[in-house]
Amino acid sequence: MLTSIKNNNLQFESQKLGLMYFRVALILFGAQLLMGLIAAIQFMYPEFLYGLFDFSVARMVHINALVVWMLYAMIGAVYYMLPDETGIEAVGIGLGKLAFWVLTAAVTVVVLVYIFIQIGPGKESTIWFINEGREYIEAPRWADIGIVVVVLIFYYNVFFTFMKGKKTGVMTVMVANLLALAGLYLAGMFFTDNISMDQYWWWWVIHLWVEATWEVFVGTLAAYALIKIIDAKREIVEMWLWIEVLMLFGSGILGLGHHYFWIGTPEYWWEIGALFSALEPVPLVAMFVHVLYDWGKEQGAHGDRPAIKNGPAMAWIVTNAFGNFLGAGIWGFFHTLPQVNIYTHGTQFTAAHGHLAFFGAYATILIGMMYLGVQGAYGVERMKATFKSKMAIFLITFGVLGMTVALTIAGYEQVLVERAELGGGWDAFFTAQALPWMKQAMTWRTIMGVVTFIGFVYLVLDLLTIGKESQKNS
Amino acid sequence: MAKSHSVWTSIRFWRQSAAWVTGFAVVLLILLTFDTMRQIKMGGKRVPSPSVINNHIDYKYSKKRGHEVPVIGDKEPFFGKQWSDEEAAALLHKGKLTSQAKNCMNCHTLLGNGAYYAPDLTKAWLDPKWKQMMPMVGAKTKEEAIAKFLQHPEMYPTHERRMPNLKITPDEAKALVAFLKHMSAIDTNGFPRGFSKGVKEFEAGGTYAH
Repeated sequence: MLTSIKNNNLQFESQKLGLMYFRVALILFGAQLLMGLIAAIQFMYPEFLYGLFDFSVARMVHINALVVWMLYAMIGAVYYMLPDETGIEAVGIGLGKLAFWVLTAAVTVVVLVYIFIQIGPGKESTIWFINEGREYIEAPRWADIGIVVVVLIFYYNVFFTFMKGKKTGVMTVMVANLLALAGLYLAGMFFTDNISMDQYWWWWVIHLWVEATWEVFVGTLAAYALIKIIDAKREIVEMWLWIEVLMLFGSGILGLGHHYFWIGTPEYWWEIGALFSALEPVPLVAMFVHVLYDWGKEQGAHGDRPAIKNGPAMAWIVTNAFGNFLGAGIWGFFHTLPQVNIYTHGTQFTAAHGHLAFFGAYATILIGMMYLGVQGAYGVERMKATFKSKMAIFLITFGVLGMTVALTIAGYEQVLVERAELGGGWDAFFTAQALPWMKQAMTWRTIMGVVTFIGFVYLVLDLLTIGKESQKNS
Repeated sequence: MAKSHSVWTSIRFWRQSAAWVTGFAVVLLILLTFDTMRQIKMGGKRVPSPSVINNHIDYKYSKKRGHEVPVIGDKEPFFGKQWSDEEAAALLHKGKLTSQAKNCMNCHTLLGNGAYYAPDLTKAWLDPKWKQMMPMVGAKTKEEAIAKFLQHPEMYPTHERRMPNLKITPDEAKALVAFLKHMSAIDTNGFPRGFSKGVKEFEAGGTYAH
């Protein structure tokens, strides 16, 4: 992956730029895991880095690195697939490269400020220059504006390349969905004294990203990847994609209501949120069936030639199909009805869902795209999984599943003891936190976090070497 | 590909359906958003105006609604005085800003959203814990106790996990207390349910007491 910076087989500058995004994404992924480990240790030993690098800081960088690495990998994936789908080079590639460096410089400054300055006085200047203090979108306002500019450049490239080149169904969905995805960020860029109003619009960004536009994005990537990896028929893949869009937006947009049960918003969101979010797993089942169906169908359809052109990418995409359904679908549905959510809202249950869903729905397929990028960069016809690829996917998946189980158990305990039994006040919270059940769960979470991290090390090593090794073997 | 005869395998059919369903969902969301905006505006029936900090606030079970609702009671002094509408609004503004500047949400939850390292702050103003804290921090009123605690949380550990010193000034602390008091008066449809109901048993050495 690294040696491919100077010397690679990619025909298009757009794809080279895609790989640049992947590289930064991988670094941020590592930062996310390290910060998660610090936060996990602080749950077990609260004095660890107390007063120096507090939980709030570790957690902020943990979730911000998560969002940003995923956005990087998403932008990278789009730049990578753009010439394949449209048949031409991105129209404003020079500008695209400039935007990449501007964004990367801005992200570096933001992260350094998070780590070394951390917090500021209760003034507007803090929100403009240090951090905005709103979970997931903490980036200070100056960076928000920078992000908007960079995204406009990115969108300009995608839109005008699409208009100029071939217009496939996959790209049509991508172009329309990206507009919504980028536009939604604006809903998180204002300050209000009214915390209910604040949370209302905050969820427009968070929910309509991760439970609507990001999911459609994943559907689009899966469609592209299946065509690329197993020669799936475009007509079938694109028809499925439209069905997925229908079901994902049909359930996900109004599924937003499940975040409006308890933030001061009216009662009718109970019914709307319950109904539509209960439907949210349906498209995830469909996506799962679709991937397996296409895989099964293409297997053996080409005589002696194996159907899969990129083993590790396909493995990650199948993991995505399953993980999306399990993490976003099942773990989401667990606590989505208001009758349950009044107790589970704001507990480790949410953390369990968050870990499995972000991994299952997004990390998996984006890693798959990185493998596709490596294959392209080294010009390998068929890329087989190495020992490192297998260790990476096994350890990361096992680690995340382990963390999810541990956090789910912690969540059950917290829900029943803190919320149902003691009523969720200060003492109720700490009583539940101090129980051996919680402590055991937090210990297992840390152990599984370490397993995930070891898997990540294998992943990096594999991405750095698999291209060259495959070249030698072919 | 041969022309498809069934509507179920027609890309055009699914594309149009996707567009219609998405459009319908978006329109409905926008209409509901207008109604919700009306209901949650500051000073409306669900989110009180900032001057609610001048009133006693309680959280009582409503038989009609099947859960607890905030009950806004008689006037009571807040930091020893009544605050004019402008003063209360300015204080709340500073409090909300400070809550973001100090990154409260990455340890605590607010209205149930945030991190799960520290207690939920939705009804923190009403927490019985502050009565215990008053003698501990040397304060005569609840608001004073919260303000003192916020300025030096590291000095008053109540559990293994301590809140760090976030360099909160006396003015910021006062504003944060106003923010918490205002938040406790928001109608959250009964969240959290049965707030602090087990605390009496807990204090009396109940099952889970240390």
